Amino acid sequence: MAVKRKAIALISGGLDSMLAARLMLEQGIHVEGLNIFTGFCVEGHTHAIRNRDKNRQKRNNALWSAEQIGIKLHIIEAIEPYKEIVLNPKHGYGAHLNPCLDCKGFMVGKAREWMEQNGFDFIITGEVLGQRPKSQRRSTFPVVARESGAFDRLLRPLSAKLLPETLPERAGWVDRERLYDISGRGRHIQIALAEKFGIEDYAQPAGGCCFLTDESYSRKLQDFWNHRENKDYEFDDIMLLKVGRHMRPGTDWKLIIARDAGETQYLRGYRSKFAHLSITSHSGPLSLIDGPIQDRDVELAARLVARFGSSRSAERVDVQFTDRNGRQRMLSVAPMQPIEVQQQWYV
Amino acid sequence: MVRIDQTLDARNLICPMPVIRTQQAVSGLENGQILEVLCTDPGALVDIPAWCRVHGHKLISAKNVGDETIVRLQICDS
Repeated sequence: MAVKRKAIALISGGLDSMLAARLMLEQGIHVEGLNIFTGFCVEGHTHAIRNRDKNRQKRNNALWSAEQIGIKLHIIEAIEPYKEIVLNPKHGYGAHLNPCLDCKGFMVGKAREWMEQNGFDFIITGEVLGQRPKSQRRSTFPVVARESGAFDRLLRPLSAKLLPETLPERAGWVDRERLYDISGRGRHIQIALAEKFGIEDYAQPAGGCCFLTDESYSRKLQDFWNHRENKDYEFDDIMLLKVGRHMRPGTDWKLIIARDAGETQYLRGYRSKFAHLSITSHSGPLSLIDGPIQDRDVELAARLVARFGSSRSAERVDVQFTDRNGRQRMLSVAPMQPIEVQQQWYV
Repeated sequence: MVRIDQTLDARNLICPMPVIRTQQAVSGLENGQILEVLCTDPGALVDIPAWCRVHGHKLISAKNVGDETIVRLQICDS
């Protein structure tokens, strides 16, 4: 009896990785999924925090995809090792702070480690030739295979017929003729395949599934580095960049102002780590102060925060300031007028 | 009354960390044991049951209690 070969599939939660895994199941391969959490994944986070997304379905798309096609999904946390990719990408950044090529090599490298530890035979991804300008090109595909250590155990079922044969094809584990030759950014073949497999619902993340491809997020991250001694980060730092309105009226400090009750609730969890401002006379956002604020700037911060609550048109607003040591004092301030708010404060 | 073998505090963690912590906790438990997971991320109400289904573990209950989500599951070796 022939040995049932096993493939580990990188599952992002999007359609392509789902189809790649489904194509392998069609060929009798045992497939399990792997999803890698770097801290920058768009998945769920902001949806779970913000009020405006309250009615949006909250689901982990990778898990949901795995369930649709009937495979197990393993989710790996890789926050620490991923730092090196973000801080020092060998192949540089894309349009923003997205180190896509290094990232792809990292992800496939993690899949290779998992494959070796669990006795699997090869790796599959949903990569499509020509779909991404930085990481999915004919010249970069071999780079990913080499730098990940996967070499010819990396199979890309959606574009396989346009690429050199891999071990699973050469060894006859997979029939190359039943693989695809998709290239470019078009989606019609994938959509037709999804229909064929009865896949009606799938995530369609615009611009990818990573905050680092987002211009606004990258700007906040760059600002964060510009005001630190070292280009580095902790997990909480990158999470907070996803939340609130970030404003920097001072050189050494900035405000993270919650935009709704959901974000206020989330920021409450950080009160013990940050000086913060709370409006007590009106409903309004909780605001964290990131960085060493001078006493003389606290009133300016309070006036700015007062502008973002229901207090914006009040004459006087009571704001409670709590410093890093938990010491509290009350301020009575006039909310800042729009003309006083400088555009360059917005990060 | 359900006998809880381990309680995992995944409060103040957001997606997908509650699932990752659940996965890690389950790997240290034996067949038949029961894990209770406490979460504040509303997505956990959907995600942990989905994780149970794809891995063949038995979901005992998943419910919101105030601002928290409590999920109980029984480990089933597949």
